[in-house]
This record gives sequence, structure tokens and C-alpha cells, in this order.
Amino acid sequence: MSGERAAWTFVAPALFVLGVFLALPVAAALLLSFTDFDIYALANLDNLRFVGLGNYIEVLRTPLFWKSLLNTVWFVALALPLSLAVSLGAALLLNSPLVRFRGLHRTALFAPVVTTVVAVAIIWRYLFHTRYGLINYALGHFGIGPVDWLGDPHWAMPALVLFAVWKNFGYNMIILLAGLQAIPQDLYEAARIDGASAARRFWHITLPCLRPVLLLVAVITIAGYFQLFAEPYVMTRGDPLQSTVSVLYFMYEEGFKWWNLGRACAIAFLLFALILVITRVLLRLARAQDHNA
Amino acid sequence: MASGGVAGFLRIAAWVAVFALCACAPASHETTLKLWAFGPEGEAVGKLLTEFEQTHPGVHVVVQNLPLTAMHEKLLTAFAGDALPDLCQLGNTWIPEFAVLGALEPLQAYVDQSEVVRREDYFAGIWDTNVIDGALYGVSWYVDTRLLFYRKDLLAAAGFDHAPRDWDEWRRAMAAIKRNQGADRYAIFLPLNEFEPLLNLAIQQSDPLLRDGDTRGNFESAGFRRALDFYVEAFREHWAPSMSNTQIANVWDEFGKGYFAFYITGPWNIGEFKRRLPAELQGSWSTAPLPGAHGPGGGAAGGASLAIFRTSRHKQLAWELTEFLSGVKQQQRFYMLTGDLPARRSAWDFGAIQTDEYTRAFRTQLERVKPTPKVPEWERIANEMQLAAERVVRGGESADTALRALDAKVDDVILAKRRALLAARARQ
Repeated sequence: MSGERAAWTFVAPALFVLGVFLALPVAAALLLSFTDFDIYALANLDNLRFVGLGNYIEVLRTPLFWKSLLNTVWFVALALPLSLAVSLGAALLLNSPLVRFRGLHRTALFAPVVTTVVAVAIIWRYLFHTRYGLINYALGHFGIGPVDWLGDPHWAMPALVLFAVWKNFGYNMIILLAGLQAIPQDLYEAARIDGASAARRFWHITLPCLRPVLLLVAVITIAGYFQLFAEPYVMTRGDPLQSTVSVLYFMYEEGFKWWNLGRACAIAFLLFALILVITRVLLRLARAQDHNA
Repeated sequence: MASGGVAGFLRIAAWVAVFALCACAPASHETTLKLWAFGPEGEAVGKLLTEFEQTHPGVHVVVQNLPLTAMHEKLLTAFAGDALPDLCQLGNTWIPEFAVLGALEPLQAYVDQSEVVRREDYFAGIWDTNVIDGALYGVSWYVDTRLLFYRKDLLAAAGFDHAPRDWDEWRRAMAAIKRNQGADRYAIFLPLNEFEPLLNLAIQQSDPLLRDGDTRGNFESAGFRRALDFYVEAFREHWAPSMSNTQIANVWDEFGKGYFAFYITGPWNIGEFKRRLPAELQGSWSTAPLPGAHGPGGGAAGGASLAIFRTSRHKQLAWELTEFLSGVKQQQRFYMLTGDLPARRSAWDFGAIQTDEYTRAFRTQLERVKPTPKVPEWERIANEMQLAAERVVRGGESADTALRALDAKVDDVILAKRRALLAARARQ
């Protein structure tokens, strides 16, 4: 009994902090999402009306919400496989016994993760520049005409994907590298004795052994990419033709630009539900496969 | 923690004591007046205040300089948290919002007794931005309006010896410049993500932008349609590139390189162009009032006012500071420090500003500026307006469809609550 009390005493500060700074704001936001809290309500609380699910219905009826959702899904669909592939590729390279100066390379590849988005976004905006950008300059050598990266509604999102993947792959790379290093070397040795090629060793040993780590990385990445915000905020402000408005950017504009806090909270909870469902489904699929295997 | 324990606690206690002493010391025999300002104005205003403090012994003015991008959010949260300063620099498109909030002190009674602030000396359209539902909530501090910055040499090469005065002349000039410029250079730059160029063309029209007591959109009116058609024509004819300003790395540089010959912007860019354009180009650019559909046009009244908050405990003193900063001499000093244009006509009668050829066009246009609709939702409406224009230019939507959708969005979503509240108030 006294052991239990001691345990509660130890977790109490953490619980208190979580309660005040997490549970309470989340509960308040949920309440707010059922009201039409806006500038008029801020002026006089008499102007605050309880609208029930009104905000949710209105958000679901706003074309821009669906557009932003589609933009976000498109971003995740492009960025997730690319990000995983680049991270895995970099991790494999770093793990190769042929690599020298491993520490230096690891630091260099991890560097984008610790840079500030705003600063590197400015550099990337120069890289993407239609007339002076390095990317179009390089493409020009292959005879590919200048691409209006940030001005063409079709190219703006892929441009953000490139930026985001470059910015984030180092983080996943470190996790995958740890996963790679945990694979027992005798598996590879046995395979090599049996005459398995490098490709087959990758396919039949590395990938299956890495599955739990890959799943974890995928779930973290999906949850992170669905909250796409900083990239469009600093690179395009949702332009062109709202083709880079993500769900979170849409929420930011509703809440902090137009001060429709009720509606913004509703968007936040819709996004939360969406991410919850997707990661759940992903985990369940993975577990089902584990049982089959 | 290495230094934890009693020693750490004592150290914190000592710091707290020091801070408490610092905070108390001046307050005991001085009145502190808090002024919030943003950007270059916030930096410059401190230099004017020494004189005010000399004539007001025992008064200490604390200037809090906030970044412009955070100012609006900061003010709203300060209002919600009851932490507003005594007075502040308020962009004049924000006044309607803070008036709705009931955060601002009505100033007409102060002005009636003032010998310094005289309404007739202010540009009428600018003064009007401070008046919401008949009550005065601010005194204009400095003004701006957007007009035409242009390359004299490119215009001359196209056969024009003066800036265009009406839209027809402007069309001919842009077509001629575009012919000289070739395929990959343009006559004008109208950033597709900025609502200001289109707004300034539209506000010149006699049709108001909103109707029914500013509770419904009026974008399907003939006047707005005329402005939109002119705007869209510039892109269709390739006089303007379909670009946002995020796609131009450096507008001053591009203006210098002759990527475009016309640019609609405000007085803050006079200083930028003087500083950033190379010396050999300094003689080849100028400013001109924005052309109107038939003769000289006008523009939207911009700038910032000084406003006093209702929660201030030193309102009389805050008013005296407002009066001080509105004096002709201080307005002129402020112009010399920041390049911000004075809000009152008599402050324009001095050498430095009269001999500057770039400010002359502003002086002319300021007589013809109009306030934007005075509703808190205006900025959002202006954004929607620009999105509709962008859909027409970039997305190929027809102007009819875009404007119908725009009016519907303004009526059904953006202004719906305002209309409902006003109707409820009318019934009572």
C-alpha cells in the first residue's frame, strides 16, 4: 500500500504538468469546437453560441477542407515511400563495411534534421527558382525545360515533398541504422556460404529483420507528415491556387488569421481522428501479417 | 542538477529580490506610459520621446517594439488576457476589429478640445479610416497608399514621355513595353498572392465593395467587374507574368534588371529602391499616381493610427502623447527618421519632403484615397477576392463564375455572423 502511495507521489508532478498543459487544453479545445467562438465572442461572451456539431458539418462542407485533405494525402503518398527509401538507402550505405569516416558521413547526412526550417526554406526557394535555380539549371543539362516549381499548381507539392524528404530523412536513417546493426551477422554469413547474392540477402534477411523498425518509422512518419505545416507556411503560404494548403495550414488560417477558433478546433479534432484511424489500420495490418507469417 | 539544493534556492531567491527591486524602483515616483509599436516606427519613435519626457516630468514612456507579423495576434491575446498597453500604433485596417471588441477609447471629445489635432488638416480618406459607426477611435500617425513605381527609361523606349494617366493609356504603354521586352520579360508585376493591386483598382470605382450596410459582398457589381477585367487582361496579354511574390527572389533586383517596368507598391519602397538600385539606374525610375479608368484614379487609404485603449489608466496622458506625435514638427522629424509620410497636409510644407520627386505622386494620390470597408472580416474578404482573381488568371475559371462564388462565400460564410448579430440588435 505504501509502495503504491510512493509511486503516485513520484508520478504526481508529471501528472500535474500533463493535466495542466495537455489534458486541460485538449478538453477546452474540444468544448470550443462545439461553439462559434470568434472575434465577436471575444468582444462579448453573449455573442458566443453553442452550435453542437455545426462547426464539424460546416468544415466538412467547405471545399477548401477537402482540397487541403487531398493535398495532405497527396503529400503523404509522395513523401512517405520516398522518405523511407532515401532513409533506408542512406542507412544501408552507412552500414556498409566499405564506408570510411562513418562518423563524418553520419553527421553530414543527419545535419538537415537539425537545421531550422525557415533558414533552409530560403535556400530551397533559391534552388527551386524558375530562372536562377540550381535544380532547373541541372535539369537544363538533360534537355528538360525550366519547371516553375513553386508557381505551377502541379509542381508545387512535389517541390515541397523534395524539401521535406531532404529535411527529415536523416532522423529515420538513424533509427533504421540502429535496426540494421541489430541484425545478427551470422545470418548474412550463412547466406553467403549458401551462395546468396547481395540482392537476395537484402530481400530475404535485411528487410524481414527490419520489418518492426520499418513499421515504427512508417507510423511516426505518417503521423508527422499528416501534420504538414512549416513547409507550406514558409515556402508557399498555400500558393499557388491553394495547391499547398495542408489541413494544418487550413486550421492555422481559420484560427490565428481569421480568429474562428471554434472552427479551427473542429479541424484539429478531425485531423486527430484521421491520424488515429490511419495509424491504427496500419498497425493492425502489420499485426495480421505477422500472424500469417 | 549539479548546483541544486539550498545553494540553488538561495541564488534564485536573490535574483527574484533583485528583479523585484528593479521593477519597483521607478514605479514609486514615476508614471509609466506603455506604447506598443511595430517595425521601423517602433525603432524610430524612441528618438522623439525624449522631448515629450522633458516637457512631462515624472512621465516615463516605455516603447515595446513588436514584429509586424506577430502584432495582430499579440494585440488580440493581450485583449483576451487584459494586458493591453496604454496606447498603440494600430494599422488602420485593424481599427474596425478593435472597435468591435470595444477595446478602443472614443477620441472625439479629446479632439474637440485639442488645438493640435485638427480634422481639416488631415487627408479626408485617411481620417475616415478612424471613424467606425460615427465614432472616432484613432488619430492617423502616418499614411500610405499604393501607386505606380515605374522605369522611366523603359517607358521612354516604348515612346511615352510621361506615366500613364488613365487605363487606356496604361494599356497602350504596357502593350508597347511588352513588345520591346520580348517573350521572357514583362511590362508589369502584379504578384498573384497579393490582394492590394486588384483592391486598389477596385476601390477607385464608384460601386462600393460591400453592400447592405457592409453585410454582403458586392463583387458582381459593374465597377468591380471592370477592375477585374482590367487586371485579368494584363495577364492574358502577357503584360504581367503569372507569378506570386514568393517566386521572385528579389523584386528590387528584378526591377533594376528590367524584368518589369511597372510595380504597384507603397512609400516604404522609395527608400528601398534608393538604397538597392545601382547608381546608374537612379535617374531612370519614378513614381506616379495610380491611373484610373477615366483619368487619375485613387487608392486604398493605408498607414497607421495612434489609438488609446479603454483599459488604460492614464488616458489623458496617452492623449497628450498622441497630440505630441501628431504635431507638425514631430511629423516632419518622423518622416526624416523613417520615410513614413505625414498624415496631415501642413506637415508636407517643408523642404526635404517637397524636393523629393518620389513623394510628390503620393501627395497627389492621398487626396483621393478611400478607406477599405470597415468590418473586422475585411482582410479575409480581400483574401477571398484575390483567390477568386487567381482562379481566373491561373485556373482559367470564367470571371462570372468566380465572382458569383465569391459573393456567395462572403454572404454565406464570412459575413453571416455579422449580419445575424446586426439583425438581432435591430430587432431589440
